[in-house]
Amino acid sequence: MLQLSFSRLKFSAATLLCASLMMTSCGGNSQEGGNDLAGSIQIDGSSTVYPVTEAVAEEYRAEAPDVKVTVGVSGTGGGMKKFTRGEIDIVNASRAMNASEEQTASENGISFVQLSVAYDGLTVVVHPSNDWAQDITVAELKKIWEPEAQGTIKRWNQIRPEWPDQEIHLYGAGVESGTYDYFTEAIVGKSHSSRGDYTASEDDNVLVQGVSTDPLALGFFGYAYYEENKSKLKAIPVNDEDDSNGAGAILPSLETVKDGSYAPLSRPLFLYVSSKAIDKPEVVDFINFYLENAGELAQEVGYIALPDNIYNEQKQKFEQFVEGAATATNQQ
Amino acid sequence: MTNSEKNRLKDKAFQVFGVFCTFIGLVVLAIFLIDIVIEGIGRIDWDFLTSLPSRRAARAGILTAWAGTLWILVLSALIAFPLGIAAGVYLEEYAKKTKLSNFLEINIANLAGVPSIIYGLLGLELFVRIMNLGGILLAGALTLSLLILPIIIVTTREAIKAVPRTIRDGSFALGASKWQTVWYQVLPASFGGILTGVILALSRAVGEAAPLIVIGALAYVPFVPSSPMDEFTVLPIQIFNWTSRPQAAFLTNAAAAIIILLLITFLLNGIAVYLRHRQQKKIKW
Repeated sequence: MLQLSFSRLKFSAATLLCASLMMTSCGGNSQEGGNDLAGSIQIDGSSTVYPVTEAVAEEYRAEAPDVKVTVGVSGTGGGMKKFTRGEIDIVNASRAMNASEEQTASENGISFVQLSVAYDGLTVVVHPSNDWAQDITVAELKKIWEPEAQGTIKRWNQIRPEWPDQEIHLYGAGVESGTYDYFTEAIVGKSHSSRGDYTASEDDNVLVQGVSTDPLALGFFGYAYYEENKSKLKAIPVNDEDDSNGAGAILPSLETVKDGSYAPLSRPLFLYVSSKAIDKPEVVDFINFYLENAGELAQEVGYIALPDNIYNEQKQKFEQFVEGAATATNQQ
Repeated sequence: MTNSEKNRLKDKAFQVFGVFCTFIGLVVLAIFLIDIVIEGIGRIDWDFLTSLPSRRAARAGILTAWAGTLWILVLSALIAFPLGIAAGVYLEEYAKKTKLSNFLEINIANLAGVPSIIYGLLGLELFVRIMNLGGILLAGALTLSLLILPIIIVTTREAIKAVPRTIRDGSFALGASKWQTVWYQVLPASFGGILTGVILALSRAVGEAAPLIVIGALAYVPFVPSSPMDEFTVLPIQIFNWTSRPQAAFLTNAAAAIIILLLITFLLNGIAVYLRHRQQKKIKW
């Protein structure tokens, strides 16, 4: 009886395997249209950049059906680790590569090119019933978020005396995210440095939920999350007190982020391409396709396109990088 | 009030409290299920099950995610099943009560309580880096096998322990060797219990996202894995990914994918209940 059960189990396991193998054969071989490049492209990194890359990868399937593009979401830091070890071809990054990552890359003989693909506008938000905060300056944001504020800046009127004498509840990106690094760099002046006593989440939807149900809240997150939840939130215009890039307090919008007047909280999203990857023609083709379509697709998934001339600059930058790598190999 | 009346009152009070506690769990579960079903059931159709991931919520599907989950499930079962049962049989039937076996026992019991992310880190270092497998299905399945091995070992031992001493003695009396006794008497008699443990362990593995993300499972995979050496994604990662998107339509997708994941878990648990039931009917001592 026992042998019987064992063999039956073996049989059902084999059936399951066969079933999934069959699924493969009907999913894999699409030969229609496009060019005849084949191969694989490994991308990993920021979950903020992920939607753009996912959209491009999806469209690229029509262009080159035999190129397998895979995208992971281990975060900008996690992606950089893999990238600088040469484990992946391209990294999605919501911040620039830092010095220690650069060093690891050069130790491993990897050079790279940084390409901007879209903008995101970090949006400062409050509850819709908040009628006092009509604008905020970068200095005030710094006063709220800098490490020294921990345990001391707790009430709205400590920031501006005419604001009410009520508690302020803070919501922001978790410390592992590129969003946090960017925000602290832009506001506090030093990356990865802020007070710790605020509600932190890597998931912006949690922050939306928090701010939209808390009348005393102040939070920040990506523009797409504000745009999708406009009815439950109120964005505050930010004044960088520098009139050369637009005077006064400015609200984030497609225009103000694109033309750079929403400063300093509009941030570029990056791709880094490894010198080892551009030996593969499919990677070069994919990047060109990416830069060609990023503007439109970024907007579709909730980000903001770069101006056309910047996309052209990125294309040139990438072309030079590919040529440079080719000459370097020829000289060896 | 007499003493016995007081005691009866206490008894009653505890009973009410007990019922209340039982219902808290059930009510929370029911609310959660109803909420998810209302949100997601309308999204489930054939296309949802057979489409690739997409930036357009309405066109996105979970084909590669559930195929990856199925692969992981089968591979983990193939790896953990023989190892776990062999370890359980050894510890229960063969191992003498030495310091070493005591040490092993305590550690296995402790391992069952280690958070899954730790197994992810272990898998990353051992399978992905040292064995140089990369973030492929096999590495994921090996990692999850480690995660569920302690559970399988513990349940195997419990099931074997439940086989009466007299069965073994009878077998030995007829001249059977230790191995013959284990193979022809003890294992068949405890098989229902063992299988239940294995399936419950697997239904835990099916829901894991964290250790797989750590070892490098992906989010966007536009092809169904065709061998254990392929890259992959699984349902929990797809769900996690969708719940963090700004557009509400992706939350509906996530709810629908949660329903599918729940169905897989319920199916596995159902099989476990059925096997146990069949086993109980068959064995009459």
